[in-house]
Amino acid sequence: MSDVTLPAQTTAPAKTESPIKRIIAEFVESKLAVFGFILLMFFALAAIFGPYVAPQDPYDLANLDILDARLPPGEVSGTGMTFLLGSDGQGRDMLSAMLYGLRISLFVGVTAVALALAIGAFAGLLAAYAGGRIDTFIMRVVDIQLSFPAILVALILLAVLGNGVDKVIIALVVVQWAYFARAARGAALVERSKEYVEAARCLGLSRARLLLRHLLPNCMPPLIVIATIDIARSITLEATLSFLGLGVPVTEPSLGMLIANGFDYLLSGVYWISLFPGLLLTLVIIAINLVGDQLRDVLNPRLKR
Amino acid sequence: MLVFIIRRLMQAALVVAVMSVLVFVGIYLIGDPLAILVSPEATELDREEIARSLGLDRPVWEQYFTFLTAAVQGDFGKSFVFGQPSLGLILERMPATLELALTATIMAVVIGVPLGLYAGLRHETIGARAIMAGSVLGFSLPNFWVGLMLIMLFAVQFGWLPASGRGQTVEVLGIELSVFTANGWKHIILPAITLGLSKCALIIRLARATAREVMLMDYVKFARAKGLDEKRVIGVHILKNIMVPITTVTGLELGALIAFAVITETIFSWPGMGKLLIDSIIHLDRPVVVAYLIVVVLLLVAINLIVDILYSVLDPRVRLGGAK
Amino acid sequence: MTAPTLKVENLETHFPTRDGIVRAVDGVSFEVAQGEILGLVGESGSGKSITGFSILGLIDAPGHIAGGKILFKGEDITRASPQRMRQLRGARIAMIFQDPMMTLNPVLRIDTQMIETVQAHEKVSDVAARARAAEALRAVGIAAPEERLLSYPHQLSGGMRQRVAIATALLHKPDLIIADEPTTALDVTIQGQILYEMRKLCRDTGTALIWITHDLSVVAGLADRIMVMYAGRIVETGPVATVIERPQHPYTRGLIGSVPGALPRGKRLFQIPGMTPALINLPPGCRFKNRCSRADALCDTMPELAELSPGHGVRCHHPYDAKPLTPSETAA
Repeated sequence: MSDVTLPAQTTAPAKTESPIKRIIAEFVESKLAVFGFILLMFFALAAIFGPYVAPQDPYDLANLDILDARLPPGEVSGTGMTFLLGSDGQGRDMLSAMLYGLRISLFVGVTAVALALAIGAFAGLLAAYAGGRIDTFIMRVVDIQLSFPAILVALILLAVLGNGVDKVIIALVVVQWAYFARAARGAALVERSKEYVEAARCLGLSRARLLLRHLLPNCMPPLIVIATIDIARSITLEATLSFLGLGVPVTEPSLGMLIANGFDYLLSGVYWISLFPGLLLTLVIIAINLVGDQLRDVLNPRLKR
Repeated sequence: MLVFIIRRLMQAALVVAVMSVLVFVGIYLIGDPLAILVSPEATELDREEIARSLGLDRPVWEQYFTFLTAAVQGDFGKSFVFGQPSLGLILERMPATLELALTATIMAVVIGVPLGLYAGLRHETIGARAIMAGSVLGFSLPNFWVGLMLIMLFAVQFGWLPASGRGQTVEVLGIELSVFTANGWKHIILPAITLGLSKCALIIRLARATAREVMLMDYVKFARAKGLDEKRVIGVHILKNIMVPITTVTGLELGALIAFAVITETIFSWPGMGKLLIDSIIHLDRPVVVAYLIVVVLLLVAINLIVDILYSVLDPRVRLGGAK
Repeated sequence: MTAPTLKVENLETHFPTRDGIVRAVDGVSFEVAQGEILGLVGESGSGKSITGFSILGLIDAPGHIAGGKILFKGEDITRASPQRMRQLRGARIAMIFQDPMMTLNPVLRIDTQMIETVQAHEKVSDVAARARAAEALRAVGIAAPEERLLSYPHQLSGGMRQRVAIATALLHKPDLIIADEPTTALDVTIQGQILYEMRKLCRDTGTALIWITHDLSVVAGLADRIMVMYAGRIVETGPVATVIERPQHPYTRGLIGSVPGALPRGKRLFQIPGMTPALINLPPGCRFKNRCSRADALCDTMPELAELSPGHGVRCHHPYDAKPLTPSETAA
């Protein structure tokens, strides 16, 4: 995803150009991470341009022919169309369905994390800056939230809210914001004691300006690392919820829902409906984790040797 | 120690109380159970009759109060679907879930610790790198998909293992368990692998990181200087120090594992409380969902308490009841 | 006189790194006789601890002994099998570490850690091994040893822990003990007690002792002979009285000058300028020349370890006795 590099650029204005160059130089030291990054860019492009390159529109029922149902990979149908990765129970081309599914999975994951990052960072900075009761209250909520398994919180929320892409995103934001809040508070407490904040305060800058223009950019590195790994978590969680039938609606199937659809056919030996979306999902998550691991090493000077 | 336990239990009671309100209000907002419970042909009079018998015609705070008074006495209401006390339904299915979660945890530890230890002590070798690559995979594979693929391979393709159910159980101390029969083992192995895989990856990483830290400690060098053989240096001096964080993390993750069993149980039709939860959510069976959540909260509290006590047993430097 | 307990010949211990080979120990030779106490003195990074670990065969990979011989009672232990080294370690050659807080395993009780040491070398019952452990604890001045055996390390004070470590080292009445700054982390009174006990022990049992330290004043009262190491090499060696009273190498003199109490009251403590050089890509010549007030062009060649008087060797082109001291140097 392109947003992996984006936040790094937004931190830039506060510093000179060299830190970015350094980060890029150190990032490319790991071949695995570069591989993950390329893979990720490829998936992002596939997701963005999926509708233009997909062999068919899998959700236009007019395109589907029930006679094409459950064709194995590589089979050519009566209408002359080749199903590279086979077709599902309704005669839908799996490759097309996966391109559309990838689009939804990535969209949900990235949007949820972006929102969680924004809310969490705000809450964390507020807690660190305000201190006192506000701090105690926010952190107590964070603690309680984090002591609960994320999957349960999301399950119950979706049971309350019902199906829908927007609702899945809300559930994901609710279970993820606390990580960001905790990290942002920790980073802000360290930053706050540094001289430049003191200097900015002496200059008489407003609180909001101090928080947003000075504290936030310097708290970003740890948050970016968490955000990257969290995109992988979000995508997995969304897939899991959709698999259970509590996530995205049938009309907008993500990779997780495609896998779930294949479950019904699995026992009769029709493997491809679950196999290929699952492989794609796994690759996406591995790619994000590879990038995230390397980012953590590069952006965290504490771990450097 | 006693002070510590009492304080922990009081904290737990507070959390449970807060949870009960959140859960109840939350669950109250879930759809209209009548729409599902009552057949569409029923008359308005029938609907009202059923609503009254279930107490659904009362205002929400009154329902909560009724619920709370009963809950304190261990009564979470009758399941709308089964017509039985919901707590009983949950407790009836709890052993199956705990059996699955514990089997998965034990498998993850038994496999993960030696692999992680090896990867830490011989971190330059190809074997160590292969283990670490495997752990990244174990981390990244979507849990439920692993379950499906295992069914595809071992149940459908090879026909070696069953794809669903719990198999033959034996009553041990009044609890039905699968792990004591060969047939039960055949049934539990796939779900346990599915559930334990990512934990195993986590334990490998943790064991490796701790091993690398501990092996540089003076006391390990001193153990060698005393003329101990490698078996004892690694098996006692290093392993015992590694087990401190492993036990803590594994214990704390057990709660998440029990929660995650919801998915595994759904895939493998494992008759545990997780599957019951999903069924109840789908059927809007409010009392069962509430009972499940309360039971899980209590389980989490109990697990955390046990982990803390275990921690102090494993690491003599830790004293409970202090500034914790 | 019988053969020395330990004879080290031209020992070289190397650590390959990305930037080159670190020659932590670079051609070191010395002997320790039965019952003799050798003080091995140097700053951190001088290679004194690595010398100790080399003798035990406990150099952390990728470090290794690259050359030379270590003859323990005539046996070259650089060629010994791992099995043989394990037999020697803890039984015939024992080591005591610097930080008593770190040498005992925090999650094991004292009895576990001592009994395993007994049983690693001798087939004895748990009861007998426990009795041996208690006896060893009593020998180093620990009261109520049976009770202490049941403690965990964190329940004991630093001095007590170091006594436990020393008792553990003594369990098999070793022929050689290597003590790596074992009193540095302790307070002065306990330091004195332990020094006294160690000295008595060597006299009584004939155990040879190598006492590694950065503090000359510690070994001045303890050792029979002193060996000063600098940047991987021996720069001065000799009987303790000779080296302390008539140091010949400028570095040794600097070390003595920086010990409080060695000089008249009110006199400023001397400080050796500069730092120990990094042991990578060393320039040719004397390694101390950059910090030395007496260095000249001659010092660009490495001086040999020359014997000035019997048993007193110095690696310097300009030893102090060779020419009269200038007034400013006397002041130093």
